[in-house]
Amino acid sequence: MDFEDTVEEAAFRTEVRAFLAGNAERKKRGAPPSRSRNVGPEELASAKKYQGAKAAAGLSGLTWPKQWGGREAPPIFQVIYNQEEEAYSIPRGVFEIGLGMCIPTMMAYATQDQLKRYVPKALHGNEVWCQLFSEPSGGSDVAAVRTRAERDGDTWTINGQKIWTSGAQFSDFGIIVTRSDPTVPKHMGLTFFFLDMKSPGIEIRPIKQASGASHFNEVFFTDVKVPDAQRLGGVGQGWRVSLTTLMNERLAIGDVPRPDVEDLLDLCRIIDLDGAPAIQNVAVREKIADMHVRSQGMKYTRFRTMTALSRGQTPGPESSIGKLVNAAKLQDIASFGLDMLGSAGIVMDKELAPMNAMFQEALLGAPASRIAGGTDEILRNIIAERVLGLPGDIRVDKEIPFNRLPTGKR
Amino acid sequence: MNFDFSDEQRQLRDQARRFLTEHSTSKRIRQVLDGVAPYDRAMWQEIAAMGWLGAAVPEEYGGAGLGHVGLCVLAEELGRALAPVPFASSVYLATEALLLAGSEAQKAELLPKLAAGELIGTLAWAEGAGNPNPAQIKARIIGGKLTGVKWPVPDGGIADIALVVARDETDRVVLALVRLGGAGVHPEALTTIDPTREQAKLSFDGVPVEVLPGDGWDTLERVLDRAAVLIAFEQVGLAQACLDMAVAFAMERHAFGRPIGSFQAIKHKLADVYVATELARSNAYYGAWALSAGAGELPLAAAAARVSATEAAWFAAKENIQTHGGIGFTWEMDCHLYYRRAKLLGLTLGSAPWWKDRVVAALETRNAA
Repeated sequence: MDFEDTVEEAAFRTEVRAFLAGNAERKKRGAPPSRSRNVGPEELASAKKYQGAKAAAGLSGLTWPKQWGGREAPPIFQVIYNQEEEAYSIPRGVFEIGLGMCIPTMMAYATQDQLKRYVPKALHGNEVWCQLFSEPSGGSDVAAVRTRAERDGDTWTINGQKIWTSGAQFSDFGIIVTRSDPTVPKHMGLTFFFLDMKSPGIEIRPIKQASGASHFNEVFFTDVKVPDAQRLGGVGQGWRVSLTTLMNERLAIGDVPRPDVEDLLDLCRIIDLDGAPAIQNVAVREKIADMHVRSQGMKYTRFRTMTALSRGQTPGPESSIGKLVNAAKLQDIASFGLDMLGSAGIVMDKELAPMNAMFQEALLGAPASRIAGGTDEILRNIIAERVLGLPGDIRVDKEIPFNRLPTGKR
Repeated sequence: MNFDFSDEQRQLRDQARRFLTEHSTSKRIRQVLDGVAPYDRAMWQEIAAMGWLGAAVPEEYGGAGLGHVGLCVLAEELGRALAPVPFASSVYLATEALLLAGSEAQKAELLPKLAAGELIGTLAWAEGAGNPNPAQIKARIIGGKLTGVKWPVPDGGIADIALVVARDETDRVVLALVRLGGAGVHPEALTTIDPTREQAKLSFDGVPVEVLPGDGWDTLERVLDRAAVLIAFEQVGLAQACLDMAVAFAMERHAFGRPIGSFQAIKHKLADVYVATELARSNAYYGAWALSAGAGELPLAAAAARVSATEAAWFAAKENIQTHGGIGFTWEMDCHLYYRRAKLLGLTLGSAPWWKDRVVAALETRNAA
């Protein structure tokens, strides 16, 4: 056992470090920048500039084919890149979905001419993509899509509503799954497209979250026209295409939400509890130990995943536990951080709340982490079924035409 | 990044699993449970013949020199199989203590015999209730002779030698080697929650000892750290065995017209057991690295491995019974064997609150450095 890079990995790490040193600013010690900040025009411009530099340096689309500007590198290179980027303040939240999910789906289903038109502009940060899957009536039940697509010759007309769309307000293009035939069972009547987000009939409204931030949007479609040439996959084959998208979810390695246990330790040192530093309190120590064990358990689980990737193997099932563990841990650490402040834990004025109010902000943001990108419950189902091999739930919606499924009031 | 076992270590694991599946059967474990024998002597001899007892002992002392990662691999399998042998006491405690603090003469005499299974060793620190604490030590050595009472002592009734934590004439805590066969040693078998692992109360009445060089308490803590990593692997193996058993039962057992494993109440419970087991496994791997590399991080890595594995083993063992329902708490099902062992392993080196405090103490030391 060791934690060393291979020769190739070490050379790549050096390359990444040189790029980052010349193109980004190191994070300052202490609290991270506020999570509640939304992506405005300034952030968008800076994200596009950074993406352009990254692509020009050959550090974007690392695992992609060389034909499309990638370097056909093994996935461990992406992990190394993410690790190094952690130390820098990088504009986030603009390109992850497009380059991580949308373009890989395009590569699997679009024509060569379409790829020539769209891939380079996405890779170099000129155009932004979003993913239009979730709907008000289908969150965890992703296939319960009601947005209709009706065909007339070579043109499809889309009507309906999508929700939880990250970045829709500044996206140029999107991929969308629609219902083209409601008279067949749920998974069979779906058709998949890509479309221009500036098309007439698209209206985008930000969703204000409980934390005050707006990371997501509602997107309304009224008679939006999409040419049949922009269909990805066959008519009625949209579910299969959706699975391709979901399988391309970015390797979620190296993303440790803050505050983590180190931040909790920092807080315990500056806070007094019953006349002594909080870290001397027995109950506090027990909690810190619990959090350390979860945090380190995740760190070394990531190392196991990296080992598999470094050996060119598929990571084992342990790589599936990350989001489930991290989201719950974030909420626990945030809540415990506030507990240590007593009644002042409620205060999130930056001048008064310790550590730039990061614990208060995390408390309000944590519920979203346990839901977005797969709820805790769906993730447990996935572990139980795909890892442990337990049977799927009994389904009442498999054989029935979609338009005859019972619906609730919400 | 190479944070996994080597091919050679995987082969060792496969070999160990094959042997233990064949020999550490429910029937043979239950003979110890029922008091037919204090441990499975035949299994012990075969394990010795395969060289497992000396896996981490250097070749110059009659060991196999496989290193501590090899020993971790074996520990996981022994834990999975609930092996009813004094492996932990003799190997993780006595052998490790001698390797760390024994005199050259003690090592040359005793390590080859421990590695060959000719001697069984143990370590006696506890004097009744309480986690490791030097203030607890009342056993006293005066004029080279030990007087005092130690309990519980793992495998105290079957061990030939013990490393005993005691105070000398100057009140200093020392570690002393005691040969248990002679006069003045009074072993008394204890009734415990897990009869598949022997435990005794040892009374010493003026027994001659050889004091080991160095600070006894410091040695004890270092031995406990090493044992914590090794027992963490036993706990991970046990947790995995419980999870496998619960999953198999949940697929097989039907209620309300369907396998109970299709109910989310069961699926989510077992998914949580899986998560706890994988976190414990990853923490144990880091402990294995720190142990084999002789890293300064060992105290923190060991404490984290122990806390994580103690939680996972206990969680997996109790939820395995719960998944089984009524039959899970019958004598005839093996669920209770894992349940007993899980709690025993979680207590034997001191309980979770003590180890949690060690996690934080090590974090404080690290951040101060």
